[in-house]
Amino acid sequence: MRRVVISGAGIYSTIGLDLNSVADSLYSGRSGIGIDERRKEFGFRSALSGMLDRPNLKGLLSRRERVGLPVQGEYAYMATMEALGNAKIDLDFLKSHEVGILYGNDSSSIPVIEAIDVMRDKRDTSLIGSGSIFQSMNSTVSMNLSVILKLRGINLTISGACASSSHAIGLAHLLISGGFQDIIICGGAQEINAESMGSFDGLGAFSIRQDEPAAASRPFDRERDGLVPSGGAATVVVESLESALKRGAPILGEIKGYGFSSNGEHISVPNVEGPKASLVKALKAAGMQASDIDYVNAHATSTPVGDLNEGKALLEVFGACNTPVSSTKGMTGHEMWMGGASEIIYSLLMMERGFVAPNLNFSAPDEALAQLNVVPETLEMELNTVLSNSFGFGGTNSTLIVSKFRK
Amino acid sequence: MQRAEIVRIINQFLAEEFEISESALVPQALLIQDLGIESLDFVDIVVIIEQEFGFKATREDMLNVKTLDDMYDFIASRV
Repeated sequence: MRRVVISGAGIYSTIGLDLNSVADSLYSGRSGIGIDERRKEFGFRSALSGMLDRPNLKGLLSRRERVGLPVQGEYAYMATMEALGNAKIDLDFLKSHEVGILYGNDSSSIPVIEAIDVMRDKRDTSLIGSGSIFQSMNSTVSMNLSVILKLRGINLTISGACASSSHAIGLAHLLISGGFQDIIICGGAQEINAESMGSFDGLGAFSIRQDEPAAASRPFDRERDGLVPSGGAATVVVESLESALKRGAPILGEIKGYGFSSNGEHISVPNVEGPKASLVKALKAAGMQASDIDYVNAHATSTPVGDLNEGKALLEVFGACNTPVSSTKGMTGHEMWMGGASEIIYSLLMMERGFVAPNLNFSAPDEALAQLNVVPETLEMELNTVLSNSFGFGGTNSTLIVSKFRK
Repeated sequence: MQRAEIVRIINQFLAEEFEISESALVPQALLIQDLGIESLDFVDIVVIIEQEFGFKATREDMLNVKTLDDMYDFIASRV
């Protein structure tokens, strides 16, 4: 099996629009959460949201390239160009090499709604416009980026709910370690608009701590009352070690293991066994013990049951090691389809700069999680190996282990 | 509607939305060969015609529109 590394990263998120600003936010514990006034008009139970401006791609992409991109595709373009730039990959390289894309995305609400509005209003599909179909499909991000970048390798969207982009990276790891591809652009994109969040709000899953948005997302804290929806895009370039070395590319980390499982139970209520199985499988794939992990970037979204059950799974696997744990969702909110990739990037940045980002708003644990080593304040420490969890509706679980690269 | 107004609306759309240089927007310009308009773009031209001129053009109508002048003539014949 070939060794697999990450040779580039890029991000467009609520806590920063590039790697440096995101690293600073992680270190300082800056929240990207605010209030989306439109949600009040739509009758949302909670108007809390990650806040992110839409990028202006005029001048960067042609009209034909732009009209097929939904907003999360625009975020993905920005993140991907940053990732390719620091991976030292340009368009000429992409034309002359077989590079693939596996991108996480699991919705594209606005173009679907707008197309239906036109049909209801005009009773004429010819008035929907040419971009709608390409914006509407779940595969919109991989579809558009593969054309913009002229990719000729594997070309797929991974839809695995809130574990989508973690699975994308894990599957790229398997494809590259197995020798099927040398370089795969991976990531996740998440729309933030009210239209895409209404049905989720209807489940009562969102925090209603609206008087203090920066304190609303409080993973593992005893007083947590739900998640805060968020989004953006995150991209990593996953590459075989030999390819990265041959190109003289920077190596940000090595992917050591990918674990996955399915809970086999409830559609929205997570359990303990599924996440634990994913953790154990990732450790086994990496050939590691729990004590080899320096930091766990938890999935913990700030929901009562989800955090509790993940915490129990972590204690079962890491309890004897007192491994530092934090969920960056205290700052970012829940980046859903994007979260697996963004949290690998957050973990890489922490590993590069030698700190554990704070689990924002954590003051007291659940009784059952008293032994979990949640890090409430920025902790400076050397990190050699990190583990990142991502779980999703349907009980899909993904775990990635990444280490500092050592020859 | 005056033809000059049709020309203004269409040219403004092509310049702003399709980012075509205004100097290229001469009546004899071939839409595909000279202005770089492709088959999918005609879908959006049908939409703008409905929005701006209030009638429904069909894809079949568009098959006969080769130049910018043809487009002005076609719209003038329907408004």
